[in-house]
Amino acid sequence: MTVGLVIVSHSAQLAEGVVELAGQMAQGKVAIAAAGGTAAGALGTSVEKILAALHVVDGPDGVLVLLDLGSAVMATEMAIEAFTEGRENFQDHIIISSAPLVEGAVIAAVESSIGNSLHEVAEAAAEACTLPKVHSQNSQD
Amino acid sequence: MPITTEDTIRWLQRLAVVLHENRDFLTQLDSPIGDADHGINMDRGFQAVVEKLPALAGMDIGSMLKTVGSTLVSTVGGASGPLYGTAFLRAGIASAGKHELDEADVVSMLEAALEGIKARGKAQPGEKTMVDALTPALVAAKEVEAQGLDLSQLLQRVSDAAEAGMKATIPMLATKGRASYLGERSVGHQDPGATSSWLILRTLAETIG
Repeated sequence: MTVGLVIVSHSAQLAEGVVELAGQMAQGKVAIAAAGGTAAGALGTSVEKILAALHVVDGPDGVLVLLDLGSAVMATEMAIEAFTEGRENFQDHIIISSAPLVEGAVIAAVESSIGNSLHEVAEAAAEACTLPKVHSQNSQD
Repeated sequence: MPITTEDTIRWLQRLAVVLHENRDFLTQLDSPIGDADHGINMDRGFQAVVEKLPALAGMDIGSMLKTVGSTLVSTVGGASGPLYGTAFLRAGIASAGKHELDEADVVSMLEAALEGIKARGKAQPGEKTMVDALTPALVAAKEVEAQGLDLSQLLQRVSDAAEAGMKATIPMLATKGRASYLGERSVGHQDPGATSSWLILRTLAETIG
């Protein structure tokens, strides 16, 4: 089993696209589910969709949730509350990542596919914002 | 005169109308400093609440408000869904089993609602959010309750305090929500969430008063 990933976005298309990209890095070994847009398919977030995605990817190794904007955190927290109702120590089982959505998801997919723990996957994803995207051509180092 | 279950239903019906009438106004407020959907979201959420009203008949007030809360969570895809959803759920818990509300009930429900919003959204006063309308509203409610004024006077003072709090958001810098992405450009605009909070409380005062 590997750490599962939930991709939360205000856009259904964006969430699905990120799932696609992250999936390319995971060789089919990682459960990744999209939870984008509202129930009606408009821009926004849906507690129901996030909850459904948690059910899809949950496993003994836990879940890392990546999201696009801070406003998705509230809906994600409500979904986690519903999902973990009655369970204890869920803080160690589901982690919400502050990582940028795309880079974080790709890194998390790689880390999960090699069997790392939830905390290891979360830490690696959190480093995503430090990776330079465009490299200087005239680097002195 | 306490607030009854019938009053609660009348308030929700009226609120749906008010939020529908103010849909464009709220959306216009949300355009320069947000994602331009607050009015649309509140209208949609309360249209869904109206559809549930027949099912609320016979419920206690707490159960009605919990139903409003869960309806908002499932129909409002913006930040207001979780925020107002939690507010109504907490107010519903605070009024569980009650068929009448007095001054003390209203104060504890407002307090529970505000605590829920702050726990959910992590905002404090001064960040240009609905908390900036609801915090002075709660202060006013407690003052009026201590003075022993009646319910309709309490609700009017609460509404007035929320209005003042809403206007006070205009010069604030947004440090929460979508508006926080705009930084200094959020200054000079009235917060849409504070505005809808005021509309909710003003409608309550008008319904009961």
